[in-house]
Amino acid sequence: MNRREFLQVLAAAAGAGLPLMSRQALADQSWDGLYDVPRFGNVHLLHMTDSHAQLMPIYFREPSVNIGVGEALNRPPHLVGPHLLKHFGLKPGTPEAHAFSCIDFESAARRYGKVGGFAHLATLVKRMKASRPGALLLDGGDTWQGSGTALWTKGQDMVDAILQLGVDVMTAHWEFTLGEARVEEIVNNDLKGKIDFVAQNVATADFGDPVFEPFTLRQINGVPVAIIGQAFPYTPIANPGYMVPNWTFGIQEDQLQDVIGQARSKGAQVVVLLSHNGMDVDLKLASRVTGLDAILGGHTHDGMPQPMLVENPGGKTLVTNAGSNGKFLGVLDFDVKNGRVAEWRYRLLPVFADALPVDPEMQALIDRVRKPYADKLGEVLATTEDLLYRRGNFNGSFDQLIVDAMLEVKQAQVAFSPGFRWGTTLLPGSPITMEHVLDQTAITYPATTLTDMPGSMIKAVLEDVADNLFNPDPYYQQGGDMVRVGGMTYAIDPSAEMGKRIQDMRIGGKPIDADKTYKVAGWASVQANAEGEPIWDVVSAWLRDRKTVSVGALNQPRLIGVSGNRGLL
Amino acid sequence: MNHHRRTFLKLGGAAFGAVATAALWPLRAIAAAVRPNAAFEATALDGAYKQLGGTPAESADIDLSTPDIAENGAVVPVSVTSKLPGTEAIYILIEKNPNPLAAGFMIPEGTEPFVSVRVKVAQTCNVIAVVKAGGKLYSAAKETKVTLGGCGG
Repeated sequence: MNRREFLQVLAAAAGAGLPLMSRQALADQSWDGLYDVPRFGNVHLLHMTDSHAQLMPIYFREPSVNIGVGEALNRPPHLVGPHLLKHFGLKPGTPEAHAFSCIDFESAARRYGKVGGFAHLATLVKRMKASRPGALLLDGGDTWQGSGTALWTKGQDMVDAILQLGVDVMTAHWEFTLGEARVEEIVNNDLKGKIDFVAQNVATADFGDPVFEPFTLRQINGVPVAIIGQAFPYTPIANPGYMVPNWTFGIQEDQLQDVIGQARSKGAQVVVLLSHNGMDVDLKLASRVTGLDAILGGHTHDGMPQPMLVENPGGKTLVTNAGSNGKFLGVLDFDVKNGRVAEWRYRLLPVFADALPVDPEMQALIDRVRKPYADKLGEVLATTEDLLYRRGNFNGSFDQLIVDAMLEVKQAQVAFSPGFRWGTTLLPGSPITMEHVLDQTAITYPATTLTDMPGSMIKAVLEDVADNLFNPDPYYQQGGDMVRVGGMTYAIDPSAEMGKRIQDMRIGGKPIDADKTYKVAGWASVQANAEGEPIWDVVSAWLRDRKTVSVGALNQPRLIGVSGNRGLL
Repeated sequence: MNHHRRTFLKLGGAAFGAVATAALWPLRAIAAAVRPNAAFEATALDGAYKQLGGTPAESADIDLSTPDIAENGAVVPVSVTSKLPGTEAIYILIEKNPNPLAAGFMIPEGTEPFVSVRVKVAQTCNVIAVVKAGGKLYSAAKETKVTLGGCGG
């Protein structure tokens, strides 16, 4: 029995409830070598994305359902659990296996502890920068939204945090839900001369003039490197368009090709797209656009241990995706010789809070930011008996609480809750605080609504969202998960065409009548006139009425035609 | 952002409004003479094609640019460039609109065959560019999705 096997036996014993050793003592030795990433080559890029304003360490369960259809069938990122470990050659029972998969989530989480946290991330960034002189830190966006403090400070806590962290270049998505004026204020003041905010695909709606710099050209150890920005192409559709009334987005392939040409003609020997497209969109883009060495991607929150290498008419492009919630730091090394990339190395490093000491300066900043809100954030609303999480194609357990609360508080027959991919995880037995509720709900358009909807409209809504998730052409996807539902059941055939995916819709066992009207509760409407109590008030009031909550069976749809799909367990 | 151009146009729009309206009269007369009224009134794609002179042949020499997903179905930007020699007219059709033909442009000889407009797209469907060149009709199509929105990321 070698040390690793011994540790696995210990872990199994601990998982079974045997009090052999403390978690810290168990875990300490498993970290050996995790962060030993020798420098390679001469161009170094560090990449973080989709932290969703999680300044503190958290738990985050990776999905057990992430179905791929069409070309995406059984291909990264649409692999979960053991399928993902097998594809990437990761050993079960290791810290990496826990970071990248949902396998035995609760026992592994108790063993390895929390992930992320900017004070721990800062330590890792400093280590990587120390071993990689000249390295740039890139932030793929979704940084200024996702927590109570980010909402209440209009993103200021996160702006201060990324300045402290030493981010060099960023692009954006949820940042835009602070509104055009606030984004411009931050870019033109806080970030000026410190962080390049790049987005080649954001233009004014009237004349199509660029709103931001499309790219930045930097020298890394004497090598000119261009970082092009790609903001989330469907921001005014997936989020309220009225937040960005004067700006237009889109994928803008032709323009991107021009920008790559400009960067190369200015001498760039390495050209990288810092992208918030989502991984499936990036994979298609990489097959059609030439001249990119890599696409460092986010949005779809896929923690991919290794890149995909995509062929296109001009050569090959690496496509990565770096997970979410501050859980990972991507490290991409290029060896550039004779003006071009000769070789590369990539690692996506999990940020384990127990394995990385806090950076005192970052911790001081976090403490300062949180202090005024400590009482509000810390209010205990209830205790959960079950594991609470969101991520996955269909209802997670935290969503189940949210739709249950909406049904009861709003006196609705059906409840819809958006399929966001952010939202942290709570272990069984944990208190649910106001902070945790805000981690699931903190957006700038939180109004809850109650609408009379005919059955035909309910079907149309489900079909519309399902097509955003399962359209076989990724350019027609928006990168969220399926809308979460309460009060009704349905079946779904992800591979069917739009209009035929959603079947067998029922309320209380009875088929939903297309012409009958139902009371439907929702939140996060993208319409400008939505009015109602914020979702966090609805959920927190419902939780306060209960000392403990348990979720019971998740209201997930019956799946059709998914046998052999390695995007589910 | 080009603030000067925008400000100038706003001022100019106000100042020249009256003049421009008057100057449009002869243009309107010309438009009425060449406007394919029956094609605009057709309520299905086949009918519109018939009125324009037949079903067009697909062509790779037409560049059609539309968004994959419309940001606002009421104003969807569509651009068409024809590389077909002898281009005489460019039409834009929205497959599932109540009246599919949305716009038609006569391209006089010596004019660059490029048009860019904003059209209403009622529901997810193909946007079709039809080019008349050398007396024949050619087309290119691309789907634009009109979605309810929300639920992203």
